[in-house]
Amino acid sequence: MKAIKQTGLVLFLLGLAVFIGTIFTGSFSLKQAELDTFLKEQNYKSEVIGEALQKAVVTSNDLNIFQFSSAVRNAYATSNNHYDDLIAKYDAEKNWDEKGKQFQYKISGKPHSLSFSLAKSAGKGPAPDSTGLMWFLTFGLAIIGALMYIVPDVILLGKPGIKNNGVFLNAATNRGWIGWFAFIFLVTFYILLYFFPDYIVNWVYLVDPISNSISGNLASQWFLYGFLYCTVMSVMAVRMYIKYRHNKYQILRTTSVLFFQIVFAFLIPEILVRFEKPWYDFKNAFPLDYDFFFRWNLEELLASGAFGLFILVWGIVLTIVVVPVMVYFFGKRWYCSWVCGCGGLAETLGDPYRQLSSKTLLSWRVERIIIHSVLIFVLVMTGFALYTFFSGEGQVLGIKTQTIQDIYGFLIGSIFAGVIGTGFYPIFGNRVWCRFGCPLAAYLGFVQRFKSRFRITTNGGQCISCGNCSTYCEQGIDVRAYAQKGENIVRSSCVGCGVCSAVCPRGVLKLENGPEEGRINPTDVLLGNDVDLMDLVNKK
Amino acid sequence: MEHIVIIGNGISGVTAARHIRKLSDKKITIISAETEYFFSRTALMYVYMGHMTFEHTQPYENWFWKKNRIELKKGFVKTVETENKTLHFQDGASLTYDKLIIATGSKPNKFGWPGQDLDGVMGMYHKQDLENLEKYAPNNKVCKRAVIVGGGLIGIEMAEMLHSRHIPVTFLVRENSFWNGVLPEGESNMINREILSSGIDLRLSTNLKEIVADENGNVKSVIIDETGEELPCNVVGLTAGVSPNIDFIRDSGIEIGRGVKVNRYLETNVEGIYAIGDCAEQHEGIDQRRPIEAVWYTGRMMGETLAQTICDNKTQYKPGHWFNSAKFIDIEYQTYGWVWAQAKEHESRFYWEHEDGKKCIHINYDKTTREFIGINNFGIRMRHEFFDKILNEKRTVDYVLEHLADANFDPEFYKLHEKEIVAKFNQENNTNIQLKKKSWKRIFSKA
Repeated sequence: MKAIKQTGLVLFLLGLAVFIGTIFTGSFSLKQAELDTFLKEQNYKSEVIGEALQKAVVTSNDLNIFQFSSAVRNAYATSNNHYDDLIAKYDAEKNWDEKGKQFQYKISGKPHSLSFSLAKSAGKGPAPDSTGLMWFLTFGLAIIGALMYIVPDVILLGKPGIKNNGVFLNAATNRGWIGWFAFIFLVTFYILLYFFPDYIVNWVYLVDPISNSISGNLASQWFLYGFLYCTVMSVMAVRMYIKYRHNKYQILRTTSVLFFQIVFAFLIPEILVRFEKPWYDFKNAFPLDYDFFFRWNLEELLASGAFGLFILVWGIVLTIVVVPVMVYFFGKRWYCSWVCGCGGLAETLGDPYRQLSSKTLLSWRVERIIIHSVLIFVLVMTGFALYTFFSGEGQVLGIKTQTIQDIYGFLIGSIFAGVIGTGFYPIFGNRVWCRFGCPLAAYLGFVQRFKSRFRITTNGGQCISCGNCSTYCEQGIDVRAYAQKGENIVRSSCVGCGVCSAVCPRGVLKLENGPEEGRINPTDVLLGNDVDLMDLVNKK
Repeated sequence: MEHIVIIGNGISGVTAARHIRKLSDKKITIISAETEYFFSRTALMYVYMGHMTFEHTQPYENWFWKKNRIELKKGFVKTVETENKTLHFQDGASLTYDKLIIATGSKPNKFGWPGQDLDGVMGMYHKQDLENLEKYAPNNKVCKRAVIVGGGLIGIEMAEMLHSRHIPVTFLVRENSFWNGVLPEGESNMINREILSSGIDLRLSTNLKEIVADENGNVKSVIIDETGEELPCNVVGLTAGVSPNIDFIRDSGIEIGRGVKVNRYLETNVEGIYAIGDCAEQHEGIDQRRPIEAVWYTGRMMGETLAQTICDNKTQYKPGHWFNSAKFIDIEYQTYGWVWAQAKEHESRFYWEHEDGKKCIHINYDKTTREFIGINNFGIRMRHEFFDKILNEKRTVDYVLEHLADANFDPEFYKLHEKEIVAKFNQENNTNIQLKKKSWKRIFSKA
């Protein structure tokens, strides 16, 4: 068994190494005809760009992706600088007419994204040329290796039951060197994915055939991410199934998030694209889906006929009806722990790190300030977006709607949700985003705290204050503080993962959707101590 | 300002301190020689097993004490001078008090075995025991085998701990079945099986004769009384029960028996001195309880009660219905009310065991009145409030079985066994009890 595990680890690391190594393979250059096609598709008005790009990338030199990217970005810069100079010149001459004309020649968009789309058709090498083989050597090996590492636990973990043995003695799960490596890897991955997609174009090649078979299009970096997301979740779900095989709640919950991720967040949107409908994830509620009310999205939906209208109505109904009604009956767990994709990744890939979340009072304070600020931010931004959409103006109170959207997209959508939200798993625990950043979690939390049937019931005085519940709470709730008082736990941040109940060695905690009345029950004296409460109150 | 001094920072002392602070503005000092801050003793095992770090076992952050003006003093009290209300410490320092709470807990029993003080012999009670275990049994290279002596709750926990680091464990139990002084036969057998199937070498009806030293004064082996067999080992865990930790007051004039003698107000014979927790001994057992109860929950309750008395609301210690819980490797155990190892004359029993041999319940009730007396549940969680109410209302066993669905406290989607249980009861007793559907109304209605 140990040998299988070790072989698995070697295969996984090999797969990972080839995956990382793939970035540096292949050569990138275009033929004139290919460049012409690209320019035509892009519909650039600039006359400079064609020439600049031609000099840069129509070459017989073997450019690697970094040289290629830099050449392309230089070409864009050359073109834009050229027109900036003209603008400056006409500005100095006060030739407003000519100055105004120049703006249309400027190329907009992020240079790395433009370079990505060009690189996507310019690559030669193992990834684009022997995609199947390379897929096997990267994804294939890593999946096989990971499963070989995980599956022997059926026997090695011993009999079914909570087995957290050695969690804090292990460098991977105790912020040890492996944890720090995982942290660096994940953060780097997200930075590349969000900001330097052209550098990982070789990875995108690997999933082209899969993308093609589902949506009929070649893959983008977002398809790569979606595919990787589903793969990682599936493999790590196997780990969850084994670890919690005695616990039906955990098994059903894992199956549910896996289903919603693969079907709703991955397959359905891609298939929609095949039918020339807008890409849409039906479970992704606003404000987590923060760009739902952005002009481009509304216009796209309105332009796609009845189906687009249906999505529009569904998105609104989901947010203002389904979400609060479901939270009333089941707590926010129905979404955060059973449906949500971010929650899904946290509960599978992130499960080994759940014990690392901070439980200090300070972090609770920080958490409430940050998460509610994000909620306010998203609401203000959406207000701006809708105002702009209906009024046709580009700004509100002198602030450009586009600017505030860009700031949100960068700070919250990319840095917080991605780089920190997932990248920091190995250091801050697995629900960093859900706990500190997610505006939808804040919204669901309000409903859960004030109007819901959900609570974690505690078993009278049976708590021994051991601290397992608090330690394994991914949301950093000091569960023990309530349990040792015999109080029900009603907290806006609780996502109802059920692990506190699972790890409790005394059967103290139970997630329940009961009657709302009496849900919050501060206790003066714990069960087990026969003090006449009325007597006590009267004497006070 | 009245100065309340508490010796011992375990659950009893700390609960007392917290509740005194809730109710008053008195000066409070807690003394401990063991650790700087309160930690949950019952969680020590999880630190060794790697489920938690030691910091996780501390229910309050370090700033809590200062914020709540509870002074913490690290020191070992050598003697108590009751005349002028002064404590003398081992390092020569002293401290005066107005009221004194003795909450020093207990210490592991040692029965004079040869070799019981060798290096590598330890209990599993104090933080220092944990440090010792890390020293003598960090892994199965340093510790090739460990032997646990004594068959109680700490013994099985220690066996589980060592086993979690893949150290072979031999578990010597004096009785002919695990914990059968407390557990009825069915339950005790179930735990025997659980221990054996986990790969722990359980030896029943086996006594320790002596512990043998090597040339450096470390444990080399143990010799078994009955067979004379010598078992090589590097660590010996002594877990044969605990007794009150009260040596320092032997000459103080405070009345002691096995523990510090207290009345129902937890007062000792000296005015202004109280004792709570494991070290307190009632003159007579309350209800059917023993005079000394070394149980976490009772320590906490005594702390709550005494805080009332000290804050001028003189309150009797009136523990409610008996309950307890534990975990035997993978099997959780809870008990509500009384289920003795042997049924008493007026008692009737009903035992149900699941076919997988890992779940069972045992209900005890009065033969003639059919009044429910108590339940043991293994591998099934039950709702504390439910049974507390049942016992208060003196309901019958039939009522309990009818409402078994209300009692279940297992996580959602777990397999329920109520139908099977009730069917078996009906069959054995010729009754026709119908299981009722779970009702939130009943569950949450306050009696």
